[in-house]
Amino acid sequence: MRRGEGVGRMSLQQVTLQVNGVAHEISVAPDALLLDVLHDQLGFGDVRYGCGEGVCGTCTVLLDGEAVSSCLVYAVQVEFREITTLAGLLGEDESLHPLQETFLRLGGTQCGFCTPGVILTAYSLGQRMPRPTREEIRHELGGSICRCTGYTKIIEAIESYLDDRAFASEETRS
Amino acid sequence: MMARFESAVDKAMPMSSAPGAFEDAHVRVVLDDWERRWYGAPRFTYEFVRSYEEAVCALREHGEGAKALAGGQSLVPLMNLRVLRPSALIDLNGIAAAAPRVEGGRLSLSAMTRYSQVLLSELARCQTPLLTTAIPYVGNVRVRNRGTLGGALAHGQATSELAAVALALGGKILACGPAGVRVIDAEKFFVGHLRTALRPEEVVTGLRLDVAQPCQGWSFKELARRSGAEAVVGVAASVTLSSRRDAIGGIRLGLIGVDDRPVAGNRTVLSSLLGRIPTPAEIDEVAADVSAQTAPASDWQATASYRRRLVRVLVRRALTEALQCAEARASAE
Repeated sequence: MRRGEGVGRMSLQQVTLQVNGVAHEISVAPDALLLDVLHDQLGFGDVRYGCGEGVCGTCTVLLDGEAVSSCLVYAVQVEFREITTLAGLLGEDESLHPLQETFLRLGGTQCGFCTPGVILTAYSLGQRMPRPTREEIRHELGGSICRCTGYTKIIEAIESYLDDRAFASEETRS
Repeated sequence: MMARFESAVDKAMPMSSAPGAFEDAHVRVVLDDWERRWYGAPRFTYEFVRSYEEAVCALREHGEGAKALAGGQSLVPLMNLRVLRPSALIDLNGIAAAAPRVEGGRLSLSAMTRYSQVLLSELARCQTPLLTTAIPYVGNVRVRNRGTLGGALAHGQATSELAAVALALGGKILACGPAGVRVIDAEKFFVGHLRTALRPEEVVTGLRLDVAQPCQGWSFKELARRSGAEAVVGVAASVTLSSRRDAIGGIRLGLIGVDDRPVAGNRTVLSSLLGRIPTPAEIDEVAADVSAQTAPASDWQATASYRRRLVRVLVRRALTEALQCAEARASAE
């Protein structure tokens, strides 16, 4: 565990991380968590350390569209997988995603610390289910902890976004 | 993190240009801790494997201190907390998981199947409804997306929902080792606190569960302090009616949070319900007996006496619901 020795013993590995559609070629130690690499090495400030145990949800990223805790995945494990952080969710003209707009409009963002994880979790739920019930939304967000404790507005914002989206898709169909 | 910290540290204290200046072990430990104070993942050798046989070889090669890494939803938190410091991690994520399938009256699941994949499987939903009823209780959505069945079994946590289901559905666990594949009964698999019957060089390769019969009912009951939190007590129940459907022919329970490992409900106690349709009072009596046979511990979540009380309540509810479910399914035929 001595500094000099450690680095030698554990040679760095070249990996290509595909983050928000951009390939990053970096060298990482095998024990570097994806969270550390994204936040500290690649500068994604929207991927945040919360608990380090996969409980709180602030470090959520989408791995091939599925929500995972980046504090429980090593960077070397996800080479060539599609990683999406909040910065990768874009609306038309590279503006805010409609889900983000709804969060701002309905006060779903409070201090903002848990927001990236919450929005990514809600987004992946929306991709998987066309119109989840309120209970299903609550169950999905069970693993995202907001210490402002304003869960009601978060759930309302997600519901409103999914309603709008369902309405829009009905309109285009008819 | 490492890169930035290292450069900052190196600038302030050029270790390479002044060897001996920081030979003091204490200083080095402090630096090391400072660098990793947030996550504290210990250093290890990483090996990526593509088959179970390769994994067994790698475990053998790296010897004691090597750990197999599946979904990592239990192992990596323990490493981040420095409870565990494996010297090598053998990453099993390169091993493909076959879709759930039925073989010889059993649902066969690959070890690397993720919880979320089971929930998406129509076959698993039809053949082992108890499993798909219990999985939503496992952790949170991120744990279910990444966590694997084999990893959960090998971890052997006393509150694993999957273990309760395996015990209630006559689970057989397949393990691959240097001598080949062997099959371990779920009842013999869990041997102690985070200890299983797996040998150091073995990895779990699959799980087989009995498929639901037309006159079989099931129930899963769990109490946790928060949604997705570790269970205080959980009960998986399976009740099968006899061929004439006027009596209980088979009954199995898997209990979690009641001992240092997942345990099966006491057979002798449960057998008193066989051969008839019990009244609610009789079910409660058996639930009390099941509870008396358990040896829960007190911890930060609950006292032993509260747990014992919970076992009785949850077993009663689970047996009642499983019986109703079996009767409903039998009459729907």
